[in-house]
Amino acid sequence: MEDEYEPEILIKVQNLSKIFGSKPERALNMLKEGKTKNEILEKTGQTVGLNNISFQVFRGEIFVLMGLSGCGKSTLLRCLNRLIDPTAGSIEINGNDIVTMSDDEIRDFRRKKAGMIFQNFALLPHRTVLDNVAFGLEIQGIDLEERHRKATEALNLVGLAGYEQSMPDQLSGGMKQRVGLARALASDAEILLMDEAFSALDPLIRRDMQDELIELQERLNKTIIFVTHDLDEALKLGSRIALMKDGEIIQVGTSEEILMNPSNEYVERFVADVDMTRVLTAQDVMKKADPVISCKSGPRLAARLMKEYGISSLFVVTQHRLLKGIVQIDDVVEAVKNDHTTLEKIIINDLTKIDLSTPLGDIIPIIADSKYPLPVIDQDGKLKGIIVRGSVLSALARKESEPIVA
Amino acid sequence: MSLSYTIDLPKIPIGQFVSDIVDWIETNLGWLLDGITALLRFLLNGFQDILSFLPPLVMIPLFGILIYLVTRRDLRLSLLSIAGLLLIWNLQLWSHAMMTLALVIASTIIALLIGIPLGILAANNDSINAVIRVLLDFMQTMPSFVYLIPAVIFFSLGNVPGMIATVVFAMPPAIRLTNLGIRQIPVELIEVSDAFGATPRQKLIKVQLPVAMPTIMAGVNQCIMLALSMVVIASMIGAGGLGYQVLVGIQRVNIAMGFEAGLAIVIIAIILDRITQGLIKTEKAQE
Repeated sequence: MEDEYEPEILIKVQNLSKIFGSKPERALNMLKEGKTKNEILEKTGQTVGLNNISFQVFRGEIFVLMGLSGCGKSTLLRCLNRLIDPTAGSIEINGNDIVTMSDDEIRDFRRKKAGMIFQNFALLPHRTVLDNVAFGLEIQGIDLEERHRKATEALNLVGLAGYEQSMPDQLSGGMKQRVGLARALASDAEILLMDEAFSALDPLIRRDMQDELIELQERLNKTIIFVTHDLDEALKLGSRIALMKDGEIIQVGTSEEILMNPSNEYVERFVADVDMTRVLTAQDVMKKADPVISCKSGPRLAARLMKEYGISSLFVVTQHRLLKGIVQIDDVVEAVKNDHTTLEKIIINDLTKIDLSTPLGDIIPIIADSKYPLPVIDQDGKLKGIIVRGSVLSALARKESEPIVA
Repeated sequence: MSLSYTIDLPKIPIGQFVSDIVDWIETNLGWLLDGITALLRFLLNGFQDILSFLPPLVMIPLFGILIYLVTRRDLRLSLLSIAGLLLIWNLQLWSHAMMTLALVIASTIIALLIGIPLGILAANNDSINAVIRVLLDFMQTMPSFVYLIPAVIFFSLGNVPGMIATVVFAMPPAIRLTNLGIRQIPVELIEVSDAFGATPRQKLIKVQLPVAMPTIMAGVNQCIMLALSMVVIASMIGAGGLGYQVLVGIQRVNIAMGFEAGLAIVIIAIILDRITQGLIKTEKAQE
């Protein structure tokens, strides 16, 4: 990780395996001998759910478990709070191995440390929204007043104030999942386990919920393990993503690492139909702005640079690379003829500037209409690079596995 | 078939075997049978006293109000029930009807007290479920008056053996539907209670039973209806009430008597059914 801070490991999973069936030991031994899932199923009738999985989750990140149905992602998630007991391996959370915990200890862990959010909301139909949210607190034995106070706070957090006395079947899907989220938040657990939490929602609501989750996560600094089968969702939410297949983790990395360096053919195929225009930003597709010209230089230098590099326009910057504007070849030739000594009069200031984090999808319509290359600037207004039509196309073609920025 | 004619196979003495077991129980568990008899008689007399404590003309409006409340203000049904009960009173069958009602209520309560916990056990344990299911299939396919025989042997004649036979006969739907109701709960709801750290007891009380309640109530309804039908049949072994009037009607070929008592049973059946259906609907409306 190239982050500026040293990430603190919250969850450390080591050599975790899960065999479904009555004689897991035999299947486990066969796994160690390197037999495949199918061979084991044929010979022993045992199903390999998870095969020797190791990974770490840092405090305060959204860690996405991603893969197709049946790849074991939900099984893995359920091992993290032992709704499913793993067959072998260890799961250390805050330094405590939860695999070896007693029933009472694991119950306490579930009550206070890990909230869970389900695909189909899983609200109790006979309870009001408020009592649903207070469910976890009720289980902990917290008295009515206190748990209603906390539940109301949690409902405010997810934007459902005023719905306390509604029944679940009076709510829309998005609202139901907010209740689910509030229920997990109410007990103030630091880990949220989200199992396909937004998969049952329609696309628009889903996007809203994703945005809100990111915002909530930044505000509350929870550690979230998010299971999804949707790569776009994984890329949007995930600080890091673990790609799973057949009960194994194929690759762990940031969204960009996975997109740009797929570790094998499977990952490559998986990411092949990702909408790149949503994933890549201006930063990923821009070229180095070279050459540029200082605003103090004259038209003759501009003409020479243009000729030398074979380009028809040139960005004008200050000493500190603050963007001033652009000059065009026709204006420069005119200025040379008229013996101007500065570029001042021919600088075009009226430019569309692109921010570093603008997604490619928003850039495409702009560049299609623009006469000039697009300047990419940072927050201070400094020129960081330029985008021409060609660089957009080559980013979309994604032939390079190296970053495009030179 | 032809085989049994050619080879004279010895008969397997199943009947003798069962009869031996019954003898053994009678001699060795007499104290238990006496205890059960005392308990059932106490329960039955209690309900009978309550139901016949007030005169019919006070009880009938009270029934009307009760029905009005549990059916969520179904005025028409309440008035019809009152009319039906007045008819029973007019036919001079009131005390018999209250006897039948007491038998039904007492039997149903016992059947539910045994049946619902058994249903819960069966829902949470597959091997118990397998055993119970075989037993229930057996119990439900056995013709209902076969139950009368052991009841008579163990408890002689009268209301108590009638109740025993009724309890046995009416219990299966309570077990089955409790089991079904709990098993039908979506997996995610069970996971919710586990994921938030509920103990098995909290899970049962806060999640399983409330979510399964509509199905369990359907079981209660079935249980009551079966109890009513068995209470009538149990008149053959001396259980009192409307069933006994029907039986006397049969024995004396007295059509008028048999028909009037039969009509009273129908009226009570409809009222009991509507009350419990009303309870189910109230449950559903709350969801």
